[in-house]
Amino acid sequence: MRVLDKNQLALRDFVLHQADNTLILAQRLCAWCGHGPVLEQDIALSNIALDLLGQAHHYYDYAANLTGGGATADTLAMLRPERAYKNLLLVELPNGDFGQTVARQFFFDAYHVLFLEQLNKHAQDLMLRAIAEKSLKEAKYHLRWSSEWMIRLGDGTDESHRRMQNAVDLLLPYVGEFFLLADYQEELIAAGVLADPRDFQSSWSAHVEEILSEARLEANLQQAPMQHGGKQGIHTEHMGYLLTELQYMQRTYPGLNW
Amino acid sequence: MEAIQDIWNYLEEVPDPEIPVISVVDLGVVRDIQLLDDGGLIVTITPTYSGCPAMNEIQMGIRLKLLEYGYRHVQIQEQLSPAWTTDWLSESGREKMQAYGIAPPIAAVGPEADLGRHPRGLFQEEHGVHCPQCGSQETKVVSQFGSTACKALYQCENCLEPFDYFKCHPQ
Repeated sequence: MRVLDKNQLALRDFVLHQADNTLILAQRLCAWCGHGPVLEQDIALSNIALDLLGQAHHYYDYAANLTGGGATADTLAMLRPERAYKNLLLVELPNGDFGQTVARQFFFDAYHVLFLEQLNKHAQDLMLRAIAEKSLKEAKYHLRWSSEWMIRLGDGTDESHRRMQNAVDLLLPYVGEFFLLADYQEELIAAGVLADPRDFQSSWSAHVEEILSEARLEANLQQAPMQHGGKQGIHTEHMGYLLTELQYMQRTYPGLNW
Repeated sequence: MEAIQDIWNYLEEVPDPEIPVISVVDLGVVRDIQLLDDGGLIVTITPTYSGCPAMNEIQMGIRLKLLEYGYRHVQIQEQLSPAWTTDWLSESGREKMQAYGIAPPIAAVGPEADLGRHPRGLFQEEHGVHCPQCGSQETKVVSQFGSTACKALYQCENCLEPFDYFKCHPQ
């Protein structure tokens, strides 16, 4: 194992955090494959998942590089214990109904686009900038999809509206974690490697409020109680079940190759 | 250098696995070719979409093609930046795509397109995509996500045929 200094550790942890965000969200979206409400949206969810998984691959490759000692994208993605995953709690939450999946996606996409724009513009790390530049184009398509479905369903029938409002109420406590910084984020910001994501918090809130309003949905972004811990590896009960499925093959057949 | 131009020509024979009428060179996936002193090659490629599963096949296709022409020591490097853009699609690539039944990307309907109807660019009515079957401009988007990560699903309101549109990824 390579011995990393404080800054290198922080960078590696930040890269893992974003790798885990995209992997875990892709894993959730994959579960819709073959179960979507209509064929075109089944395909849409699978395509979004594929984009995210591709992005995860780039981040994991980089994290493996930073870790050294025989670490690969596969070992990082598939063999770490639960508390080593640093994804946001939001992305590990269950799919629920289609509306809940849309709401989770929308909250994440609105953040993801701003996050990537900031990385692309301000990150001092060349690899992160390159991955962000590439991922941003895809994230913009995702945001368009999830925004449109928030509005179609929120401003839809009585039933779709009710389900969307329930989804928003359920997920609201998890959106604060975007802007609660982990140690590794604070260290990288202090070292001038990254810009502070709180710089775009008001843009995020304004955008979300705009879409929620057009979707006739209510959410008090300022006053909601905020769950957190995912970035530090303290996950919800759902994560254990998710990892059981994700890691089953690799743990049952170590070293397996297609 | 003569040899490098030859290699570019050889790579024009490597088809995109998903759209076999166009080559990886037409796609703009091959970015650079270096010939080393010991006769080895370094080919630099860039992925189209992050999750594109065809990239593995493309790498294999490049290796096998170069092996055919006697190049055994080939390194393939992936370059993420500058990010791939549909601007890099060759003119002949676009024409071949169209003839094959896939509408090539046009700038007017990319995510940056400003059709001015919605402040966030949502619910755009996509104009300008021609039906590859009948040529009509009366087409509509069914879903931004089609048969592969790079394509959207459209339908022609004139001849009623569905078709794939290669999504625009501007610079």
